[in-house]
Amino acid sequence: MGKLVALTGNIAVATAMKQINPDVCAAYPITPATQVMEQFSEYVADGLVDTELIATESEHSAMSACIGAAAAGGRVMTSTSSQGLALMWEMLYIAAGMRFPITLACVNRALSAPINIHGDHSDSMGARDSGWIQIYAENAQEAYDNQIQTVRIAEHMDVRLPVMSCMDGFITSHAIDSLELLDDKTVRDFVGEYKATYPLLDVEHPVTYGALDLQDYFMEHKRAQAEAMKNSRKVILDVAREYKKISGRGFEYFEEYYMDDAEIAIVILSSAAGTVKVVVDAMRAKGEKVGLLRPRIFRPFPYAELADALSNVKAVAVMDRADSTGAEGGPLFMEFKSALYNNKKQPLMINKIFGLGGRDLMLPDIEMVYRELRDTKNTGKIRTISEYITVRGEEAAYGKA
Amino acid sequence: MVKLKDLIQKEPIMEGGHRMCLGCGAPIIVNLILRTSDAPVVLANATGCLEVASTIFPYTAWRAPWMHSAFENAAATASGIETMYRALRKKGKINKKINFVAFGGDGGTYDIGFQSLSGALERGHRFLYVCYDNGAYMNTGVQRSSSTPFGAATTTSPAGLVIQGKLQKRKDLTKIVVAHNIPYVAQASPHNWLDLTKKAEKAFAVDGPSFLNVVSPCPPGWKSEAKDTIGLSKIAVDTCFWPLYEVENGKYTINYKPKEKLPIEAWLKPQGRFRHLFKPENAELLKQIQQDIDKEWEALQRLASL
Ligand SMILES: Cc1ncc(C[n+]2csc(CCOP(=O)(O)OP(=O)(O)O)c2C)c(N)n1
Ligand code: SF4
Ligand SMILES: [Mg+2]
Repeated sequence: MGKLVALTGNIAVATAMKQINPDVCAAYPITPATQVMEQFSEYVADGLVDTELIATESEHSAMSACIGAAAAGGRVMTSTSSQGLALMWEMLYIAAGMRFPITLACVNRALSAPINIHGDHSDSMGARDSGWIQIYAENAQEAYDNQIQTVRIAEHMDVRLPVMSCMDGFITSHAIDSLELLDDKTVRDFVGEYKATYPLLDVEHPVTYGALDLQDYFMEHKRAQAEAMKNSRKVILDVAREYKKISGRGFEYFEEYYMDDAEIAIVILSSAAGTVKVVVDAMRAKGEKVGLLRPRIFRPFPYAELADALSNVKAVAVMDRADSTGAEGGPLFMEFKSALYNNKKQPLMINKIFGLGGRDLMLPDIEMVYRELRDTKNTGKIRTISEYITVRGEEAAYGKA
Repeated sequence: MVKLKDLIQKEPIMEGGHRMCLGCGAPIIVNLILRTSDAPVVLANATGCLEVASTIFPYTAWRAPWMHSAFENAAATASGIETMYRALRKKGKINKKINFVAFGGDGGTYDIGFQSLSGALERGHRFLYVCYDNGAYMNTGVQRSSSTPFGAATTTSPAGLVIQGKLQKRKDLTKIVVAHNIPYVAQASPHNWLDLTKKAEKAFAVDGPSFLNVVSPCPPGWKSEAKDTIGLSKIAVDTCFWPLYEVENGKYTINYKPKEKLPIEAWLKPQGRFRHLFKPENAELLKQIQQDIDKEWEALQRLASL
């Protein structure tokens, strides 16, 4: 039903944005996200969208302008990476706290220092408590599909929260991939008309946004925000199912790859899952019961469902493309550990930090993790809870096992 | 032209009952400006006294749509609002004319919001930015800003045994804004309501960005008497500390020339933040302040004669 095309992840996302045709976009260039807005600017220049574009002087102002535009009463989108997301930090929390359904295409890139332009998840993982819903895509197809769904999730009346859809910098954003596009009308019908709630531009009904909120009301507002995040769980599922109907594609909270009878499994986000699948295929061919679990939704974290998906597995390696230095493992690992804490059945769990600053994760690296998992399962012993892999240095015991 | 009779008959957009101090210049400035708007207004406000003291949930002093999101971004916020207005107008979803106004204190304008102001001016959004300049970060307890006058004591530039208040001169923000080549820029004062409202009218009339820098006395920060607010803003103008002028499409006009320029002491004396300058050993500093003002006043006159 769709049209098969060859596009980079960035152009796929820009295409989704064109089909959505938002009212306002405000953005600032940063590698590797720049291309999204460059391509979108061409659509604006060629009159292919009705969008008003604001090329701001910084990402802080881009998110501030998005917030102003959303309060004014229309559909708003932006895109950024790394330092850009970091510069937006203050405003990310404000967008969520004010309950604006802004959507942001985050092209994941390592945070400085050292400066690096390649993909890891330190940018979006650092924003995991900002109140944004977070979705991670494995490839360009999913980045496109997610981008369209973000609008419906964000704007749902039970949610009204901003949504960040993430894809890996360069690996997904700049590699040409084949994917299927929906036609414009299908996308427009799917996202529907924007419904403004309390728009600033309704001058007959003046509203005050951003009042000082002290001890007597602040917690109620934060709780309402937390409830909205809870509500998004159902909305995310509904939207994914509806999207599957029109596209024949997509996942819900996560993707399971040979998990039915898996004894050992890797948990990994985004593009690296594609590489893991190659290893799973090869090991399965040899009769090894290995599996892969790829979370798609990180916020809200689907605790019960993810814990359930792992409850029959004996040993799990959660692989993080970001560290939380000083903690016992990366952010994804910590979420999984707490998700499983109250489970009767708990797999042995280890954590590998990989791929920082775009470092490749190769097939033998993944095989080695599965081998370690096999040993862990057989001996019942964890060699080390969390460590860096694919890294130089004697202290990395990894590979010697 | 604005008539006082009409002005006072209009409902104030910033309603009374808010928690700004007695004698604060800001609400006077805000209401004078907003009352001159011929169209409904939508407002963006930077963090600072005006924001904090006018909206304490669940109360609001604002009768017009109003938004605050952070400290350094009133101009960026206004640019987003104005852009959405254009987007919706293009689609026929909104038809009436609306004026957009952003308010920021000197901290939110000269310092932390400087970049976002500059960006929004350069992008040419149709909005009026008003800086109510009280010369320090008042909301957080009178810390120095780049607008704090030379010699003033603040909590981060105190007058001590060896340092006599702020050692640096003010940033000339009005002229920096002029350098953005926007259609309308002016300096005004709340004591001269006619001049201020005329300037607001001109600002609202331009199709692009406009900027008003308005001196705004602050009794707790200036260590002055609440009853002297209007008087002090007049003396600020009569000493040429705060000249009234406007720049229309690059053309400077001085709107008021005092017949006899008052000595700067007339402005410094009633303000406790300058008390230390009147110690005999600081006579040189006073002299320096006067010289600087004379120099700047001459420079401004030269610009206006071009
Ligand atoms: C990013 C950030 N830094 C610091 C603050 C703390 N803060 C709030 S208001 C303010 C000073 C405001 O000064 P000004 O803009 O001159 O307005 P005034 O209070 O004098 O009216 C400061 C420092 C803040 N809210 N946000
Ligand atoms: S501290 Fe100064 S600026 Fe703030 S409300 Fe009081 S008088 Fe106004
Ligand atoms: Mg101030």
